[in-house]
Amino acid sequence: MTDQAYNFAYLDEQTKRMIRRAILKGIAVPGYQVPFASREMPMPYGWGTGGVQVTAACLTPEDTLKVIDQGADDTTNAVSIRKFFQRTAGVAVTEATAEASIIQTRHRIPEATLTEGQILVYQVPIPEPLRFLEPRETETRKMHELEEYGLMHVKLYEDIARHGTIATAYAYPVKVEGRYVMDPSPIPKFDNPKLSNSAAIQLFGAGREQRIYALPPYTHVVSLDFDDHPFVPSKAPHDCDLCAASDSYLDEVITDDQGGRMFVCSDTDFCRTRREAGHLGPLGVPMQETV
Amino acid sequence: MGMLNLNLTAETDQPLLSVQGLTKRYGARIGCADVSFDLFPGEVLGIVGESGSGKSTLLSCLAGHMPPDQGSVIFQTAQGPRDTVTMAEADRRRMARTDWAFVHQNPRDGLRMGVSAGGNVGERLMAIGARHYGDIRDKAIDWLGRVEIAADRIDDRPRAFSGGMQQRLQIARNLVTGPRLVFMDEPTGGLDVSVQARLLDLLRGLVRDMGLSAIIVTHDLAVVRLLADRLMVMKSGHVVEQGLTDQVLDDPQHAYTQLLVSSVLQV
Amino acid sequence: MIEIRDLAKSFTLHNQGAAVLPVMANANLHVRPGECVGLIGASGAGKSTLMRMVWGNYLAASGMIRVGTLDVAQAAPRQIIQLRRKTLGYVSQFLRVVPRVPTIEVVAEPLLNLGVPADQARDRAASLLTRLNIPERLWNLSPTTFSGGEQQRVNIARGFAYPYPALLLDEPTASLDAVNGAVVLDLIAEAKARGAAILGIFHDEAARAQVCDRVVDVRDFTPKVAA
Repeated sequence: MTDQAYNFAYLDEQTKRMIRRAILKGIAVPGYQVPFASREMPMPYGWGTGGVQVTAACLTPEDTLKVIDQGADDTTNAVSIRKFFQRTAGVAVTEATAEASIIQTRHRIPEATLTEGQILVYQVPIPEPLRFLEPRETETRKMHELEEYGLMHVKLYEDIARHGTIATAYAYPVKVEGRYVMDPSPIPKFDNPKLSNSAAIQLFGAGREQRIYALPPYTHVVSLDFDDHPFVPSKAPHDCDLCAASDSYLDEVITDDQGGRMFVCSDTDFCRTRREAGHLGPLGVPMQETV
Repeated sequence: MGMLNLNLTAETDQPLLSVQGLTKRYGARIGCADVSFDLFPGEVLGIVGESGSGKSTLLSCLAGHMPPDQGSVIFQTAQGPRDTVTMAEADRRRMARTDWAFVHQNPRDGLRMGVSAGGNVGERLMAIGARHYGDIRDKAIDWLGRVEIAADRIDDRPRAFSGGMQQRLQIARNLVTGPRLVFMDEPTGGLDVSVQARLLDLLRGLVRDMGLSAIIVTHDLAVVRLLADRLMVMKSGHVVEQGLTDQVLDDPQHAYTQLLVSSVLQV
Repeated sequence: MIEIRDLAKSFTLHNQGAAVLPVMANANLHVRPGECVGLIGASGAGKSTLMRMVWGNYLAASGMIRVGTLDVAQAAPRQIIQLRRKTLGYVSQFLRVVPRVPTIEVVAEPLLNLGVPADQARDRAASLLTRLNIPERLWNLSPTTFSGGEQQRVNIARGFAYPYPALLLDEPTASLDAVNGAVVLDLIAEAKARGAAILGIFHDEAARAQVCDRVVDVRDFTPKVAA
């Protein structure tokens, strides 16, 4: 079967229209989970089927696509999805955040500030933030409808009671424009402040759960907390060992079985860009030598 | 001697809850039919009857868990009397977690079993906007104490508690926001006799000290004798007799009530 | 203070062929403030029935039972509840309490229900229990475990905790020894002195003679047509 046997970006036009309607509704009601008829995609659930469908519905031939997984452009999931759209849509791809018009992401927000005209597509495993305490979907929908969000704070209360601090480190719940409580997908809570007031359109797709939700540009997003236990966007207390950045989210990399480890930027594009500009961490090597 | 748990507020002439012609059918079958009564502040009303008499249906309709087919349930809200049957669901649910409380027979239905005791008590506070962890915790400790649960159990989950403790936790969780009306469905059912007594004593004290009004559904005549000021006897969905608790129990007028009272060993 | 006029009572036993038992007709009596009236008549003649109708736990078939300003025979349940809180006290023969509740709380409860501060209510309860010779070591135990005489004294302490303007006493001195019986008679005399209207049943003739100003024979109220 040739690539030309597929419609542009894999999905048929009727499906894309259906998804676009869900996206528009999501943008009109920020933070509200819009049900949509999720399709079977040629990849397993949990690999980003929701994000892929949203990306497919947004792509035009003129777009430039970037795909990251945990911040990295070169991991299996990112590479597979990028190749998928290269084959089915023939669009340009890039690793540079600033050059991309659509960025599909799994569990990170790029470090570089996004700009107007960019679309950030999140892959979402479980869109319902209330599910862990209230398993009934009928009841959680009612709670969203009536803004009954006390339960969300019960979850944070339990965190403090058990760990002395809000231990939730990712998928940290937020309130959108003072109305809907939303799961920001499993991004580290370090990224939560970037959700708010972003110039880009942020779209969230959950394939298995058949939900799409969205944050239009410049939406006010607040991380839930207590007055006496305020939200803290934490990261490892370290600088990047490669590019010396002190303000980026870090991955801890085990380097040997003697306890050796290093901290590196989770956002590979950000780290490379800094090294290209001459920033160097203790374990970094100048860019020209590695090329 | 009948015991009365009346607070000074009982002297007002305005009923807290006024029920008129409440009817619920399940197809052709009657759940409850044409039930009317007034409940005044500080009063405890017992509803007795055998299984299937419609008492639980009635309680569900009163508490807004189930829409009745006909009738009104007018509650004296802070903004004046409102029919809770026709009120918007958002308002009814808000009322259900502030002015009202519901104590289930099975604590599992009224507690979050996966959440600590403190979280269970704090939930209603957080639901009405409490956002200070330390304050929420202090209040939870205070309420655990009032229902005789040691403060060092605050971070334990309810499944580590005995049945009686679970029921007391459920009561604390419900009363923490200072409701004015409490619905109780067989609150002492399924508990040992000695645990029942402790719970009854606790409930009587809380009703008295908080000036609560309560509607208690039970089949246990000894429970209503000790807790309820007034009694309503139900059979086949209809109220067959109502009046002062000790009058209904000591001098029952209806054939069914006489049978009910004479069927009990000693109340 | 208490006035009964043309009072009648019958029981309908629905589960025994709807048999109707007329037990009282044309009952008339009154009790003035400061007066103690004793009911006499053989066992089963209707003394307790009459007391219970005044208390409100037996319904009247017809007639009037005025206590203070309220006609108990016509009153709504909540009016009777109000009456029992502030106006009408009752010492029955049986103590009926929630198990586990300490004696001192049982005695203080009528005051607590009226909003009296807890320490004041307990002080009053303590003084009554002391007078009635209930040892202090028992005060924090539930009276359900007590002997009959002790239970009776707890019941009396509870009935006298609040100075009701009207009192019903059902055999208050039965099962009491001479010393405690005398204490109860003192309490009754004090209640009369402060103006309480008392309707009582006293089997002990000496006691009756000591506190009752008049007696009323309930056999006069037995229905003329025997059932």
